Amino acid sequence: MTAPTDERHGRRPGSDGSAVRRNGWVAPVAFGVLVLLVWEGLVRLLGVPAFLLPAPTAIGAQIGSHLPVILETAAVTGGNALVGLVAGFLVGVLLALLASASRLVAELTTPVVLAGSAVPIVALAPVFTTMFGSTTEIPRRLVVTVVVIVPVFVSTVRGLRAVAPVHADLMTSLAATPAQFARFVRVPGAMPYIITGLRLAAPAAVIASIVAEYFGGLQNGLGSRITSAAANTAYARAWAFVAASIVLGLLFYLAGLLAERLATRGRTTT
Amino acid sequence: MTAVELEEVDKRFGEVHALDGIDLTIADGEFVSLIGPSGCGKSTLLRIIADLEQAGGGTVLVAGKSPQRARVDQEYGIAFQAAGLLEWRTVAENVELPLQVHGMGKAQRRARAAELLELVGLADFAASRPGQLSGGMQQRVAIARALAPSPRLLLMDEPFGALDEMTRERMQAELLRLARETGAAVLFVTHSIPEAAVLSDRVVVMSPRPGRITEVIGGCRPGGAVGDIDDVRESTAFFEAITAVRESLRKAHGS
Repeated sequence: MTAPTDERHGRRPGSDGSAVRRNGWVAPVAFGVLVLLVWEGLVRLLGVPAFLLPAPTAIGAQIGSHLPVILETAAVTGGNALVGLVAGFLVGVLLALLASASRLVAELTTPVVLAGSAVPIVALAPVFTTMFGSTTEIPRRLVVTVVVIVPVFVSTVRGLRAVAPVHADLMTSLAATPAQFARFVRVPGAMPYIITGLRLAAPAAVIASIVAEYFGGLQNGLGSRITSAAANTAYARAWAFVAASIVLGLLFYLAGLLAERLATRGRTTT
Repeated sequence: MTAVELEEVDKRFGEVHALDGIDLTIADGEFVSLIGPSGCGKSTLLRIIADLEQAGGGTVLVAGKSPQRARVDQEYGIAFQAAGLLEWRTVAENVELPLQVHGMGKAQRRARAAELLELVGLADFAASRPGQLSGGMQQRVAIARALAPSPRLLLMDEPFGALDEMTRERMQAELLRLARETGAAVLFVTHSIPEAAVLSDRVVVMSPRPGRITEVIGGCRPGGAVGDIDDVRESTAFFEAITAVRESLRKAHGS
């Protein structure tokens, strides 16, 4: 019962804390603008060669002139990330549910999934490309899926195990079946954990989707555009696609954050 | 018929002798309190009756059946010190939970939950989330949930332990009214001597290491209208009951 009190204290209206929170975007945006100005100034003053670091204005010009291509490729990469994220999320949650329902499944899957987290999964991209051919989106989506499974599985398992003793006693006293226990208590109780897993996996999905493109396959995404632009000494254009990758990653991150906020809204522990 | 029948009930947790030779009978509709210092096994005894723990020896009958059978048949409802509401469900859905687990249809459970929330004075909060309710209100929801399947026995493990004194006295009056209206027997575990004295037909005093019943004292459960409980709190009988329980506890502790 102390947590809500602390929270209320922290959000006291009119206090310095809430003022900082309300205008929390000012400082980082100002800092970002400052960094861009210094960057631009240094590049011009010191005559930094473009292959080392192009000026922000040059990158901006490239973004402007290539906007349709950037949006098109971002849609492909983002689409792959999204498909992989959804597939990996479903598989991760399903595996965690099975693992929490059966000791045998838990003993079979947990070490494999955890070992999977130690494997540099993007290294599988060329293998998948060979397996499924370089004319489909499947290899890249598969890489994203495998990357997403681990954090979702781990946090879902943690959530399914975090049952309050009083809820366990209650369900026992009601003679609830294990399936009812899962449906009424375990799964809804694990929701914040599951969404946290999704939030952690979302930016990783974008990274995996971009990096997987570096290893061949279809040349229609952001990652392949970055490598081809860099190979053709079009450095500012390469950076324009990098900027688009950053924006895409932030979009996924913010979407995950929003989902987490919605899922944990109105919850206080009793 | 009796709500609870215990004979020579024994329980050990490894080296610790939690309960030793417990004999106790609770009649239908009777209000019995268990009181004693920490570690006297009063909560363990309640949990054995609820089939949340197994007795090591002796016989336990709940509504004339084995505890396991009684649990499956929903012969008892239980309330814990923590309300233990499911925070992702509305207040009404929390009250419906026992009925839902036992497969009652949606319309029927809706109606029953509305009736119970009316009974505990929370009809206006049916659609609220537990997090929006005060501690006392949450505990009332937990009691409504325990009463949902119309059990003949209500098991309560220090349900008012976390409440402030004012709320606590109001809840005691409320509980007495509910027990009378539903006709359920109540087994009530508490640390509070006045609480045990004012609520109970009988106060069962226990001592620790090993957990034993040392004495059973008559309480002064008010018989008539709800307002009676405040009269009882000022009556001589109440103070005599408190003194008797206190002396019994001191004796048990001293030995």
